[in-house]
Amino acid sequence: MTLTAEVPETYADVVRDAQTLRRFLHGLPGVDQVGAQARAAALATRSIKKGAKQWALELAIRCVDLTTLEGADTTGKVRALCAKARHPDPDDPATPAVAAVCVYPDLVAPAVEALAGSPVVVASVATAFPSGRASLATKLADVAEAVQAGASEVDMVIDRGAFLSGRYGQVYDEIVAVKRACGPAHLKVILETGELSTLDNVRRASWLALLAGGDFIKTSTGKVSPAATPPVALVMLQAVRDFALSTGERRGVKLAGGIRAAKEAVRYLVMVKETAGEEWLDPALFRLGASSLLNDLLLQRQKERTGAYSGPDYVTLD
Amino acid sequence: MPTWEYAPAPEARETARLRESYGMFIDGEFVDGDGERMKTVNPADEAVLAEVPVAGPSDVDRAVAAARRAYEQVWAPLPGRERAKYLFRIARAIQERGRELAVLESLDNGKPIKESRDVDVPLAAAHFFYYAGWADKLRHAGLGPDPRPIGVAGQVIPWNFPLLMAAWKLAPALATGNTCVLKPAETTPLTALVLAEICQQAELPPGVVNVLPGAGETGAALVAHPGVDKVAFTGSTEVGKQIQRNLAGTGRRLSLELGGKAANIIFDDAALDQAVEGIVNGIFFNQGHVCCAGSRLLVQESIADTVLDLLRDRLGTLRLGDPLDKNTDIGAINSAAQLARIRELTAAGEAEGAHRWSPPCQLPDRGFWFPPTVFTGVSQAHRIAREEIFGPVLSVLTFRTPAEAVEKANNTPYGLSAGVWTEKGSRILWMAQRLRAGVVWANTFNRFDPASPFGGYKESGFGREGGRHGLAPYLADEAEEAGA
Repeated sequence: MTLTAEVPETYADVVRDAQTLRRFLHGLPGVDQVGAQARAAALATRSIKKGAKQWALELAIRCVDLTTLEGADTTGKVRALCAKARHPDPDDPATPAVAAVCVYPDLVAPAVEALAGSPVVVASVATAFPSGRASLATKLADVAEAVQAGASEVDMVIDRGAFLSGRYGQVYDEIVAVKRACGPAHLKVILETGELSTLDNVRRASWLALLAGGDFIKTSTGKVSPAATPPVALVMLQAVRDFALSTGERRGVKLAGGIRAAKEAVRYLVMVKETAGEEWLDPALFRLGASSLLNDLLLQRQKERTGAYSGPDYVTLD
Repeated sequence: MPTWEYAPAPEARETARLRESYGMFIDGEFVDGDGERMKTVNPADEAVLAEVPVAGPSDVDRAVAAARRAYEQVWAPLPGRERAKYLFRIARAIQERGRELAVLESLDNGKPIKESRDVDVPLAAAHFFYYAGWADKLRHAGLGPDPRPIGVAGQVIPWNFPLLMAAWKLAPALATGNTCVLKPAETTPLTALVLAEICQQAELPPGVVNVLPGAGETGAALVAHPGVDKVAFTGSTEVGKQIQRNLAGTGRRLSLELGGKAANIIFDDAALDQAVEGIVNGIFFNQGHVCCAGSRLLVQESIADTVLDLLRDRLGTLRLGDPLDKNTDIGAINSAAQLARIRELTAAGEAEGAHRWSPPCQLPDRGFWFPPTVFTGVSQAHRIAREEIFGPVLSVLTFRTPAEAVEKANNTPYGLSAGVWTEKGSRILWMAQRLRAGVVWANTFNRFDPASPFGGYKESGFGREGGRHGLAPYLADEAEEAGA
């Protein structure tokens, strides 16, 4: 390893060199897949009703990173998305704004412009998203472009090829370099858990990203299936909890990809509360990367408010 | 800091279709019987749920006679494939009336609805489905060339899993061609009586199943009855010993499933988060009213502090309260008597110098409640490490080597179950060979399946329930010798 992150004192030794880092990651307690699945399934049986549901829907909206990551994206589409991010429900001005709008680097500028004066920030994917297959120089240039255009948050992807072949030092170096290139922007590290194949790997990748200075660990690009799943979310939430217990530093978790129903979002909030703790029920430490999810959250919110379900024509399509 | 309190999410009490009074089930009909009546209460608020008759000696006589008649004239001569049809029908009816049974169970027993809904009722149905499948395949069970039933079975069950234990007892007995007289526990008679109603609904021939509510005297009269050929008892070791003494020399068959003081053993290479879940599930499932509960935690010294920190955090998220609330994790203690016993033993734990801890937890004003409790600094000599508490109380001990873990785990008069947590497969096998327990769970705990035999060693009893082995206690001697 050539670079060093600003690591909390507790783990300064761990990132001394690639061998030590490797030993640390392989020394983490294993994850029993059957047990993790069972725990995730048990948490999903919590019944969230009435006031508790309203509270959860409100929070879920505030935690959304409203995302468009298509080859066909245009400035116009991004502007429309930003308008929705500021006022998700035009019929109810009391609806909170979402946390961020997430776009490709070349669309950061119009997004920043469209969101000026609002609490919503711009997040940009970078580092040769979604595959991560490019030279470090290209990845860093990608990041620099996004940050210069005004992105407050950068969602990078890790090099899964390097991770799976055990070159943890290389992955670490890349994250540290990207974090530096981010400057004041917050860094979310996408683990692409759908390609990591085991929950043990999810735990190792989570710790690797936390040690390298990631402000958030994020499940997926949304381009690979499976994306966010309950057992994966559970393991990542345990990682930030354990990191906070041992260092006192709270880092965030972002779940992205495949979360479409408000019910799923509420279940994830239950998991956050009962795994990481109530402190994480905050957009500063928890995000849901999604596009269609927001409309379901709005429909459910309308239902809680008015007592009746409206149809899909009562939320805006973007 | 934000706070997110879950709003109450209670299951509707009306679903239980609770009646003011219930009858006892003899010879296919619900009757009042000759004895007195008793009241069964909701342990969560001490309110009376229903009146139930107490079966007296004459009721026992009539029930046993009805079972004998049904055995000789109808049930034993019936081909297995025909018996199977009834069992399948009962299994389906349990599923159909699943919500009713779950709510009724939670009302009468105090256990959280999520457990009665997701564990007790589905497993009860699964037991009937499983043994229905065996009824016409007994010759292929490896229990002799011509397996034959024993006769009339007298079955006495406990209050911790009232419906499920009834299913464990009835399903294999009926599948093998025996007829039954079942006595549910004094404090939890209701679901067994609804199960009797289901038998009626399934048009099970009269007398094949009889259900006699009552207390200890009814049970004693039943197991001592000369017309009973086979006794099956699940309950305390003390009563089990008494029954065994009474049956000695009578030639009547007996199987006993008694107490336990299981060791849940966590090695330093375990998957810790899942192990912590396993500890919680091991001792706080069903308020610890589980004979195979993992009441002794044996944790390797090198990770003891880490495990206890994680455990305390996790216990902070347990929700104690209304058993009918779908978000309740810990329900009510079943009875005042049981609560008194838990209090007595935990007081003894403190007096003997162990350190007691419970998460902050508000107990309801009415009803029988006890908070999840962890004792650290426990030694093998303490009463809380030796006696079965049958409540939400965990005793934590440590060990250094695998050999020490085995020695401590086996150092108990009981031998029902044990748990081993390690990511190392060879160690699981090494431990399982040495642990003297009927069930050894690896990287899980309190997991039940009708296909898996369950039962004890030593003072935890003998005979197996579940699986192919569970047929043997209900088949005539030659089958037992050939098989289990």
